[in-house]
Amino acid sequence: MVQPLDGAAGPDGMLHLEGLVKQYKTGDKALKGVDLEVPRGQVLALIGPSGAGKSTLIRCINRLVEPSSGRMMLGGEDIVRLGAGGLRRARRRMGMIFQEYALVERLTVMENVLSGQLGYVGFWRSYFRRFPPAAVEEAFRLLQRVGLEQFYDKRADELSGGQRQRVGIARALIQDPDLLLVDEPTASLDPKTSRQIMRLICELCAERQLAAIINIHDVALAQMFVQRIVGLRLGEVVYDGTPDGLTPEVLTEIYGEEDWAATRDREADEARAAQVLTEEERLAAM
Amino acid sequence: MPSTEVAGIKVWQRRTAGRQYAIWFGWLVGTALFLYCWKFVSDATTWFFVWDAPRIAGDIGGRMVPPRWAYMEKLWIPLWDTLNIATLGTALAIFMAVPVAFLAARNTTPSATLIRPIALLIIVSSRSINSLIWALLLVSIIGPGVLAGTIAIGLRSIGFMAKLLYEAIEEIDAKQVEAISATGASRWQVMAYGIVPQIMPAFAGITVFRWDINIRESTVLGLVGAGGIGLQLQASLNVLAWPQVTVILIVILATVVFSEWVSAKVRHAII
Repeated sequence: MVQPLDGAAGPDGMLHLEGLVKQYKTGDKALKGVDLEVPRGQVLALIGPSGAGKSTLIRCINRLVEPSSGRMMLGGEDIVRLGAGGLRRARRRMGMIFQEYALVERLTVMENVLSGQLGYVGFWRSYFRRFPPAAVEEAFRLLQRVGLEQFYDKRADELSGGQRQRVGIARALIQDPDLLLVDEPTASLDPKTSRQIMRLICELCAERQLAAIINIHDVALAQMFVQRIVGLRLGEVVYDGTPDGLTPEVLTEIYGEEDWAATRDREADEARAAQVLTEEERLAAM
Repeated sequence: MPSTEVAGIKVWQRRTAGRQYAIWFGWLVGTALFLYCWKFVSDATTWFFVWDAPRIAGDIGGRMVPPRWAYMEKLWIPLWDTLNIATLGTALAIFMAVPVAFLAARNTTPSATLIRPIALLIIVSSRSINSLIWALLLVSIIGPGVLAGTIAIGLRSIGFMAKLLYEAIEEIDAKQVEAISATGASRWQVMAYGIVPQIMPAFAGITVFRWDINIRESTVLGLVGAGGIGLQLQASLNVLAWPQVTVILIVILATVVFSEWVSAKVRHAII
């Protein structure tokens, strides 16, 4: 089932999960031994029905949720065994982007972006907002990259959904990570903004040679942007391959019985719509 | 079940018959208890004094006017003391209430089994003792004066402020905290960036609200010798100087109105 892509998913892959299990106190097993290999610079989409364990998997990787057993190697280091200090250093290398943006609402855009630097800066410096000049410069550069340079002094709760997600992306990138953990980045956004955000994330990953794991409900959107798709069902990997390999049979295996042909047609429509949209944007930018 | 079928037609009632009877019975017991207590209080009352009350009240009211405005010059300093007791007492309470609140909130306490109960005990004991009683205790420990009043107000306010604050901490949006933790921030940084901004409005609101209450409480602390305008009130009552009592009551009223105005303004500005 597992198809290595471009020969990159070898043993020297950047993130390497082995037999990852998460059992909640209630006895529910959210993850039943997940093996996953993510090479440097690869963007992969994690799809699957609600409750399949997508969110748990992503949160286990930076240990917002403690895994029950298994190994997680990030650049030769087992994240599972790290102590508090080691975990902080490992988390700096993993930027996280959230479904409902999870910005600190009452702080300004600049403070939110700079909070991505907290792992590098001591408590008092961060408390008095005395971040290193290089970090501030990088924050301005990132805000410009995501198209929000004039908003740096606005409070986060004054922004629209798409703008907030852009701030969330800038916050993740200022960590200078090797890996992005992206949890349903578009679930709270309208279709057009969803595409823009997905495109932005994928472009940034390409620019910086970043690997990313993107949890996503919208299969069509995933197929449009990523190189590899992993299907999760009841805590197990049931598909790992290219976007083209998602046949109705595979989708049935991931999600259960449904008339997938209709979805396939819709996908084709949406792909065409996206093409038109890109054209429009290009025109608007001129 | 509230829905029954009568002759093939579905009938809906708000409550089942049994439940309806239970509610009626509850009202019956409540009314009977009220009448019994009324009788008890009535038997223990000297009704002569009650019938005589309007005449006495009218008599004292007559003596209270006109207010003796010249007395004001002796009230400025006690009034200043009163404001200081309330303000410094509130400041003192903030210093002690903030750590207690973080130790008591379920999502920030270092230990839910050991430290949280201690923090809750501090909150309960502070809240259950009235500031007049705190003042009485403190006057006998550190002597009469403004200091005793300030500490009494401070001790009484810890519980109130810590309770409201820890409830605010428990209601914060956990996702914002999660996002800050995910950046590799330390425990203290998570607190400063993820939690503090979220509770700031509640914190400011609670502080001015408590300050407003403390102004009112500190006006009576003088009755037990803990400084402030209450001392003058006590002295004037002792010598039956009713026109002076009127002036003091007007001053207290004006102060309380002022503090309510300030706290309303501040709270409005925050929200």
